[in-house]
Amino acid sequence: MSKDYSYEAVMSRKPQIMKDSVGIDYATFEAEGIGFDYERMMKETGYTLAEMQEIQGQTGVGNTPLLEMKNLTNLARKYAPAGKGARIFIKDEAANPSGSFKARRAANAVYHAKKLGYKGVIAATSGNYGAAVASQAAMHGLKCIVVQECYDSRYVGQPEIIEKARKCEAYGAEVVQTSVGPELFYVFLKLLEETGYFNASLYTPFGIAGVETLGYEIAMQFREKEGRDPDAVICTNAGGGNLTGTARGLIKAGAENTRIIGASVDLTGLHMASDEQFNRKSFTTGHTGFGVPFATNPDRSDVPRSAARPLRYMDRYVLVNQGEVFLMTELLAQMEGLERGPAGNTALAAAFSVAQEMKEDQIIVVQETEYTGAGKHINAQLTFARENGIEIFFGDPKQEEKGKNIILPEDLSLLKAQEVDLNKLRKSLVKNAASQAEKISDEDIQYLMTETKSSREFIEEQLQNLGINR
Amino acid sequence: MIKKGTWVKIQDTILESGQRAPQLPEDTKKVPLIMWAKGYLQEDAEMNSVATVKTLTGRLVTGKVMEVEPSYKHDFGDFVPELLQIGKMGRKALWGGEDHE
Repeated sequence: MSKDYSYEAVMSRKPQIMKDSVGIDYATFEAEGIGFDYERMMKETGYTLAEMQEIQGQTGVGNTPLLEMKNLTNLARKYAPAGKGARIFIKDEAANPSGSFKARRAANAVYHAKKLGYKGVIAATSGNYGAAVASQAAMHGLKCIVVQECYDSRYVGQPEIIEKARKCEAYGAEVVQTSVGPELFYVFLKLLEETGYFNASLYTPFGIAGVETLGYEIAMQFREKEGRDPDAVICTNAGGGNLTGTARGLIKAGAENTRIIGASVDLTGLHMASDEQFNRKSFTTGHTGFGVPFATNPDRSDVPRSAARPLRYMDRYVLVNQGEVFLMTELLAQMEGLERGPAGNTALAAAFSVAQEMKEDQIIVVQETEYTGAGKHINAQLTFARENGIEIFFGDPKQEEKGKNIILPEDLSLLKAQEVDLNKLRKSLVKNAASQAEKISDEDIQYLMTETKSSREFIEEQLQNLGINR
Repeated sequence: MIKKGTWVKIQDTILESGQRAPQLPEDTKKVPLIMWAKGYLQEDAEMNSVATVKTLTGRLVTGKVMEVEPSYKHDFGDFVPELLQIGKMGRKALWGGEDHE
């Protein structure tokens, strides 16, 4: 008898499909109330730092160069008050085999899949992670399927995503594409069930722990180079794994005083599941459409409990506009001689602004870059934006209307990162986590304090506002 | 006719517009969810006819044939004058003078 592969039938089998395809029984980490034991999950299902360095090292992942952006630093100082303008560094993650830091996540996930005896791996991603999984699968001799949301209903594809499909295929992976919509998850589940392959989710403990080596390397490289830890590390934030893994790595290195800053492209107002708006944005990742919902509700990901929990680590969250990132990408090429992909430069654009608030002898690190190429290039993306009716001009980027125009700063003094009220995000997380609960225990409160890196008073106040009884 | 064994791209409707997830915005609900895959044709077929392909991982997938020997056409786009302008702005701000512009 053939299995029922209808939408409802497959979605109803989700828990079993997940369990079979990730090899983790998430139920064992669940607590009595609303929480779960995050650290135990990371410990029991992940790898130690030394093991990860070994796993990644075997496939040429990691140990990427740390570069000082001397010209951009001096340029930022032109717009900073006297004595201000921190030194800006970047970790050139584009030097990884698949061209981004995602190789770190994929190295662990694919190694783990191979160890558990899976014949292939599947990842649902329109981003660099697909290429990273495909590259690792190629090295380990595993089969690979990448599922990506790529085209709108007119079959017009985002050039950046089309390029990523090409890269996956270049590594011998099968690429399955869908039109716009979260039901891509159904296609993904169906493929997992049909093939019995491993779910190389971005959000498993081994995937997130794979980024810990990045944070750890940053601390070690700075101690060797400068004799101290950096003052701030700024991470482009989407699903939260980049920031979570990097922060955990810094903590493991003992760099406890390094501030962790998240940065996203502001796409507020654009609906991520909108067919019509899909091609009216110029960023397919690193933006608020992922950054905010995943921070405030991490378990919306494709595994029951996400290992990416950015609000546990974030000290500050800032936004920049599309025009500001495009400008910074061009300046990186023209003034530092480094041509890199735009999305990865989100944090660099923010760093240019944040550095101006910091002292001259301080250090801010942009912890990633990504590869660039046809489609995945500011020239291609600005052309595509114009073709889709987006106006592009110089002016004040703060006037940018998402989906209507892209405003490049007409003067570098106008490039200013905007502050996100972290407490607002924390409140939202508490609401998402606690609103279903009938009663909140002391254990739950402890959990929420850790989840949001905030005080007991703060959590109790939120619960009171929500009318939740203790 | 497209011969059996040819590498093609197919498309298949996964969900009709009426079957889409309830939380979707209206514009997305109005259109079907489409899937695209590539593989070797398992029988002779015509353009736009429904056929089965064998994908790289050996899966058999059925859909409408839409492209024969699909290739990539994405590029670096058209001339974008603003990009040259940005370089001039940055160099002038840092170093000044036309030697550096």
